[in-house]
Amino acid sequence: MMAQEKTSTTDFTKEITSRMGGETITYCYQCGTCASSCPVAKTTERYNPRQIIRLALLGLRQDVIAGDAIWLCASCYQCQERCPQKVEIADVIYALRNIAIREGNIPNIYAEFAAGITSEGRIVPISKFLEKKRADYGLPPLKPTGVEAVKKILSATGFDKIMFKKGESQ
Amino acid sequence: MTTYALFLGCTIPARQPHYELSARKALTKLGIELVDLENMTCCAPPPLQSIDLETSLAIAAYNICLAEEADLHIVTLCTGCFESLAMTNTLLKEKEELRERVNKILSKVGKEFKGNKEVRHYLQVLMKDVGVDQLKRSVVKPLNKLKVASFSGCHLLRPSALLRFDDPERPKIFDTLIEALGAKSIWYRNKLRCCGGLLRGYADDVALAIARDKIVNATEAGADCISTLCPFCFLTLDLGQMLIKSSYKEEYNMPIVHYAELLSLSLGVEPKELALDFHKVKIDRVLEKVG
Repeated sequence: MMAQEKTSTTDFTKEITSRMGGETITYCYQCGTCASSCPVAKTTERYNPRQIIRLALLGLRQDVIAGDAIWLCASCYQCQERCPQKVEIADVIYALRNIAIREGNIPNIYAEFAAGITSEGRIVPISKFLEKKRADYGLPPLKPTGVEAVKKILSATGFDKIMFKKGESQ
Repeated sequence: MTTYALFLGCTIPARQPHYELSARKALTKLGIELVDLENMTCCAPPPLQSIDLETSLAIAAYNICLAEEADLHIVTLCTGCFESLAMTNTLLKEKEELRERVNKILSKVGKEFKGNKEVRHYLQVLMKDVGVDQLKRSVVKPLNKLKVASFSGCHLLRPSALLRFDDPERPKIFDTLIEALGAKSIWYRNKLRCCGGLLRGYADDVALAIARDKIVNATEAGADCISTLCPFCFLTLDLGQMLIKSSYKEEYNMPIVHYAELLSLSLGVEPKELALDFHKVKIDRVLEKVG
């Protein structure tokens, strides 16, 4: 049992450190500078960056990637700025989110952003009302986006398949 | 004349014409020519980085490639766009292995990141290309009566290891540029703290509580307005006050004004040219003090 737990700890740590953004997680010595710098941790008990890192290093994979906490990072980077161990904490959170999304754990708002970039090359659509307002104020017409190039990039990295997986799991 | 490729991003053209208008007017007045390039896309900000970091780097790099091909440096208005693009530019310039990995993806769309252009936020253009002295000389309506709570937003400063904009704990550039217009940049509690904007849509109550803190702190410090650079901060604090009114039953009426708007006003642009109807919290008390 003990041996198995150890293996799973190593596996999840390896999974994180081999991902872009997750490389520095093992430097953490649990000082809590991140949590004390965090505007979200000051506001809600649902989020504590030090705890997320501890859970991850303990190998509690499901608790981390199926949970709500990783989605509460505001990406303000204050923790990362101040970490004495140079753990790139905000980037570690991105790595954890990237893993979670591959398992079909994608909050609706993120699915909406993904749909926007895939269909229009931008995450906020331009309404007819705004197009008219722009013209009224003398702003130049917007140039077309490179949406076709974006689609090819999404296909080259497998991003389009991540969203497909979400469709399957529903 | 200095020429830049203007990277507009998604939110400013779609939601905040007052930002785009004031920035275009002010920068043009100060001798900066802005070119709108075709095919630019979303910058791949945190919501997309959350889905896949590698894809986000490739999309940001694709946009930088467009500027490289046009032989222009990029200027951004949105601090979110600044972060995505400047971070990518630094990473790909300095990490060969990563550059090769991203260039392999970009080869599918006939692009190659070369790393010979800069990504600048427009405050850097004001500092470096215009200069504080020239800016001061260009002011025709000094904002002497105005007390401004500056709020740069997180992604102008952090992660500082990659953005290299200013000291992340004791930044000076934004305040210097506010004071160059004659206004007083005031200190307020937790000035550098996040507005919570990126939590909107996932945890609205948490986002609003963090935004409320910002409004309360600026109000207690006696600010006439909060000045922003980021369209998300603007939305979070401006629309946020409507939400605070319904959720907390509190009314602050704190005007949220993009720095580009203050800049335009001080350079003599008339308020009626600035699409000010896009502000939820009316900014009349700012206009009165501008005179």
